[in-house]
Amino acid sequence: MSLSFKKSLNKSSSKKLTGSLIGMAVGASLLLSNPLFASEGASDVEFEASSNLAIEQRYFFKEALYPEQLSHSQTSLSIETELYWQWNGGNDSIIFTPFYRVDSQDSQRTHGDIRELAYVHASDDWELRVGFRKEFWGVTEFQHLVDVINQTDGVEDFDGEDKLGQQMVNLSVVNDWGIVDVFLLPGFRERTYAGAEGRLRGPLVVDEENVSYESSAGQQHLDVALRWAHSVGDFDLGAYWFHGTNREAYLTPATQNTLQQYYAQMDQLGVDVQATLGDWLWKFEGIHRSTSLEDFWATQAGFEYSFIGVFESNIDLGLLMEHSWDSRGEVALGAQGSLMQNDLFLGARLAFNDMQSSELLMGIGSDLDHNAFSFLIEANRRFGDNVIVSVDVRLLQSNDENDLLYTLSNDDHAQLSLALYF
Amino acid sequence: MFTKKNLISALLAISALNLSLASNAAFALSAEEQKGLDISMEAKKRDLGWQDSTADMVMLLRNQQGQESIREIKMKSLEVLDDGDKSLTIFNKPRDVKGTAFLSFSHPVDADEQWLFLPALKRVKRISSRNKSGPFMGSEFAFEDLSSFEVEKYSYKYLGVEELNGLTNFKVEQYPVDENSGYTRRIVWLDTLEYRIHKIDFYDRKDSLLKTLTFSGYKQYLAKHWRADIQEMINHQNGKSTELKWSNYNFKTGLNDSDFNRNSLKRAR
Repeated sequence: MSLSFKKSLNKSSSKKLTGSLIGMAVGASLLLSNPLFASEGASDVEFEASSNLAIEQRYFFKEALYPEQLSHSQTSLSIETELYWQWNGGNDSIIFTPFYRVDSQDSQRTHGDIRELAYVHASDDWELRVGFRKEFWGVTEFQHLVDVINQTDGVEDFDGEDKLGQQMVNLSVVNDWGIVDVFLLPGFRERTYAGAEGRLRGPLVVDEENVSYESSAGQQHLDVALRWAHSVGDFDLGAYWFHGTNREAYLTPATQNTLQQYYAQMDQLGVDVQATLGDWLWKFEGIHRSTSLEDFWATQAGFEYSFIGVFESNIDLGLLMEHSWDSRGEVALGAQGSLMQNDLFLGARLAFNDMQSSELLMGIGSDLDHNAFSFLIEANRRFGDNVIVSVDVRLLQSNDENDLLYTLSNDDHAQLSLALYF
Repeated sequence: MFTKKNLISALLAISALNLSLASNAAFALSAEEQKGLDISMEAKKRDLGWQDSTADMVMLLRNQQGQESIREIKMKSLEVLDDGDKSLTIFNKPRDVKGTAFLSFSHPVDADEQWLFLPALKRVKRISSRNKSGPFMGSEFAFEDLSSFEVEKYSYKYLGVEELNGLTNFKVEQYPVDENSGYTRRIVWLDTLEYRIHKIDFYDRKDSLLKTLTFSGYKQYLAKHWRADIQEMINHQNGKSTELKWSNYNFKTGLNDSDFNRNSLKRAR
């Protein structure tokens, strides 16, 4: 569950890179399906394929705020397939996960990506992972502050949880005192943003062609990261250093209607802690980011409490509360800074624990510095064995013209999605 | 919101509470209690030394209308002699949860340590192990019904012998030590020959009969370890049932600690 309500307000896409990625991946999959290739040690190669086909219908309650935007209805279809090979009793594996979405309205949302195309070798106390992968860090639910390796696939959804595959070489070593991960990240992915026709964006459209980098190496800059993670009794701890291209672009007006993207270099230190104490989960994430333009601290902290079997039923109720803080404080609209400088989030999760895995999530986000609210309901349930139906309603409200939510105030919407798993 | 100082003092208060709960006083046992304990210790002892195991499991969920739903799961377990066992559970069906994996370090008295891997986000999440009584994957099995048997988890009372499945069975009553258990007691039938469990009656928090679990198709592995191919759980109160079928049992496959950590959880298949 994520209610990162105010992220990725301006969206675009980097189709050229995606195109070449798909070419690479198709090439690799042809190579892998070649019988000559497969015959080496083919006796114990195991293969698995699984897919997820989803149709999604959004309905925006109000007319668009900006001239080019779609009026009410947006339909889209997406497919993600996972192909997986393993041999050596699972110690060697290759995974390939292509993804594609077609959108009826927003041409920028029609896009594809290689979520994963990676080789993994596992030994007793180390692992080597090479290729396009996803790597998640963090413990909180409403904002993923410390999660930094993968670029956000901003056109996908409002919550910023969808990520683009990141090319990497990752060595992971297991020690008695924790797991150490070294990452070499050659090549950078630009964030995807909604196009001119898309909703859930500000008044200016992010120009996907107008991108500049602080590093003279541009997209080819070699980023590096070092992370340590360990579990000590009730505590799960993580700490890291990241050096490379900031995943968040500085957006500045280029023309009357467009924003240009500038990707600076950054050094970031991050810490994440979770204490699991009975029914309580206490969570903390903190970062310090340093770029040539600014230095700041930010934190996300809170808890999750679970009631097991409420009302003498099988239903579990989880209550969540988190607070976001950012040392840059409140900023004027259009200036650089955090959207979550002093925000409070409350959430409730009902798990029905039935055959259909029915679930209901509710969340409220509130900016404590000015009058802005966001509200979210998500419900989902399995029908038959292979279909998940989800209904989402998101309401955004702000009375303050200075708030980013204000620019989205006509974007309240409901979303129905049907996903078939096969 | 809380400040950091408040958070730390809250954490200290809660861990102090845990400590006080953990200190058990020793009681003198009656003859029936001693015999119940002895039988349970013997059952545990006879199964020691399996080292590690892998197995596949299919769960068939049935409701009163006869609708069925399937769960397909792979399990890897590691025997830990001086503590609770470690296990890795990998979900294959329903297909929407394929790739989800669950890592558990069980402890006889302390809270178990549990992590869940969510494949869509590639996220490893430490979860609370307090949920013993909740249903596992919407089935009639509770989480506590599937966790490894440790002698310290119950106190005991011997009830006598009874014929079942053509065998003489000990009948032992077990009282969960954990206050988060969904049961006041369980009555367990174990045959006197091999100490295999044939039947368990579960009594809910109001002490009325909730469920009956029966075991069938026992097979012996490595000339020592008995495992039932089929476990059938019937819920008497809601009319639902869950049939659990085991296959591909393997023991001493060479698994070790390194197969039960965050990294192996992330690539579990």
